[in-house]
Amino acid sequence: MSAKAKKPSKAKSAEDAVLSDVRSLPCSYAHFDESTPLKLDSGQSLAPFSVAYETYGELNADKSNAILVCHALTGDQFCASDHPFTGKPGWWGLMIGPGKPVDTDKYFVICVNVMGGCMGSTGPTSEDPGTGKLYGISLPVITIGDMVRAQAMLVERLGIEQLFCVMGGSMGGMQVLDWAAKYPEQVFAAIPIATAARHSAQNIAFHEVGRQAVLADPDWNHGKYHEDGKVPRKGLSVARMAAHVTYLSEQALHRKFGRNLQDRANLTFGFDADFQIESYLRHQGSTFVDRFDANSYLYLTRAMDYFDLALEYDGVLANAFKDTSTRFCVVSFTSDWLFPTAESRDLVKALNAVAANVSFVEIETDKGHDSFLLDVPELINTITGFLRSAARRRGLEA
Amino acid sequence: MMSSMITKRADHLLIAGMIDPNSRVLDVGCSDGGLLQLLAEQKNVDARGVELSQEGVNKCVANGLSVVQGDADRDLDIYPDAAFDYAVLSQTIQATQNPRHVLEQLLRISRHTIVSFPNFGHWRVRWSLGVRGRMPVTENLTYSWYETPNIHFCTIRDFSALVEEIGATIDDQIALDSRGTKLGASATGRFANLMAEQAVFLLRK
Repeated sequence: MSAKAKKPSKAKSAEDAVLSDVRSLPCSYAHFDESTPLKLDSGQSLAPFSVAYETYGELNADKSNAILVCHALTGDQFCASDHPFTGKPGWWGLMIGPGKPVDTDKYFVICVNVMGGCMGSTGPTSEDPGTGKLYGISLPVITIGDMVRAQAMLVERLGIEQLFCVMGGSMGGMQVLDWAAKYPEQVFAAIPIATAARHSAQNIAFHEVGRQAVLADPDWNHGKYHEDGKVPRKGLSVARMAAHVTYLSEQALHRKFGRNLQDRANLTFGFDADFQIESYLRHQGSTFVDRFDANSYLYLTRAMDYFDLALEYDGVLANAFKDTSTRFCVVSFTSDWLFPTAESRDLVKALNAVAANVSFVEIETDKGHDSFLLDVPELINTITGFLRSAARRRGLEA
Repeated sequence: MMSSMITKRADHLLIAGMIDPNSRVLDVGCSDGGLLQLLAEQKNVDARGVELSQEGVNKCVANGLSVVQGDADRDLDIYPDAAFDYAVLSQTIQATQNPRHVLEQLLRISRHTIVSFPNFGHWRVRWSLGVRGRMPVTENLTYSWYETPNIHFCTIRDFSALVEEIGATIDDQIALDSRGTKLGASATGRFANLMAEQAVFLLRK
């Protein structure tokens, strides 16, 4: 898609890739040494650290056309180019590219692998300079605020004083809200999609189920599986299967799978994958393990659980956005039960309480939480219209 | 909601004429965003909208307007005092559950409040009810009684009385005919209440 997007020669398994290749992924890196530590919400500092990021399009002369795209829990910086391990198209290829709503002919798109991730930014699979071994779970806990702080350091290094827009769905949406709250002057427009200003008890519960599945896998070995040359495949795969159900909806599951049997005419009266939905979930679980690190999964789910933006503003969410001049476009989906519309509505209320410039669209679809990644025409129209009008206000188009 | 495109545009132009350039405006019940679009284009205002129907909201946002889904009865309370230079309630007050509360909220959150509404004191309405004995269905009031969203009709005099009761000031008051054009300057008081199909009030508290 961009001139510098290179095609990987061959898809590799996560074990090989995570251990050896993350420092040579086809993307850009920014390294921060001991003189510029990342101050973490936990009170600890992280130095040195790296952020891996991908860019698309060209930064204009006055550096006013940058859009920061924040990825979700298991996303990465390859939002609009092929994934270097799986070879699959970028996770937001429908949204970002030439002529797309986030038009890379007009905008300079930056997508950063989050801190704690496993695609090149400092995370559990990075080497701890103190020990010469991989961090594993000795890496300090990373929060959404920490991810955003690291992104802000990168944006500063790129010489960009104000981002035209910060956008993302789910965990990406949490980063958008944190950006808008902490760096209001640096965010001209913000698009939080299918997200919330805090992670609900139900969502923490699902994450805990996933983490316990990883922790219960004997191959996890207290996070030191790399030293054994192993990966907790079973545990991570079960975590992904449980989580994947929460990204869909009952209607979508029924529409796609119903009670259809998998390659068989009759029930087998056993525990094989009789149903298509079982086979589908097993496939989702096993392919996920090939591209994602189990310890990273622990860190990133934790980051989402800890997110409660109002907590940092005396428990009043509106205070997070006091005097903001950022233009907001909040989007939710009717069938999203992980981040239901009510949570977007609470966010909109907080924004209205400070008379912020806010648009709020709830889109009717049965595709569940994952709708923000899928071909949903109303989402495309919403983002196109909002960005076009924001660009006019910013003087980016006639 | 109740007028044709032609009368609606006249209504919008009239309201736009009351609004200073570069001001902050909230249009409550903004429908498809026609007035917001007009204000953004002609007056460079920071225009926001609230609309009950999600379909209307999504259309507005896709057109680049800042609109949220919301209900005039419930969702105005959250805004801070004097957040807007103007709050507009165009052809909507008669469809609210509690017009008095809505009007009080509008006066609280804006420095100037503009309200337009169909006049139930118009002679055609009186004719229908007084002579024919039927609830009026006219060019501007197209719904039958059993399906109308308009649950709180008032006349111009009724509205003026409410404004007085609330203690707000009327800065301007305009009577319109069915096409949305201004009646003559002499159209005031009881005469306007009889001849105007619509009215537009500019208020402040």
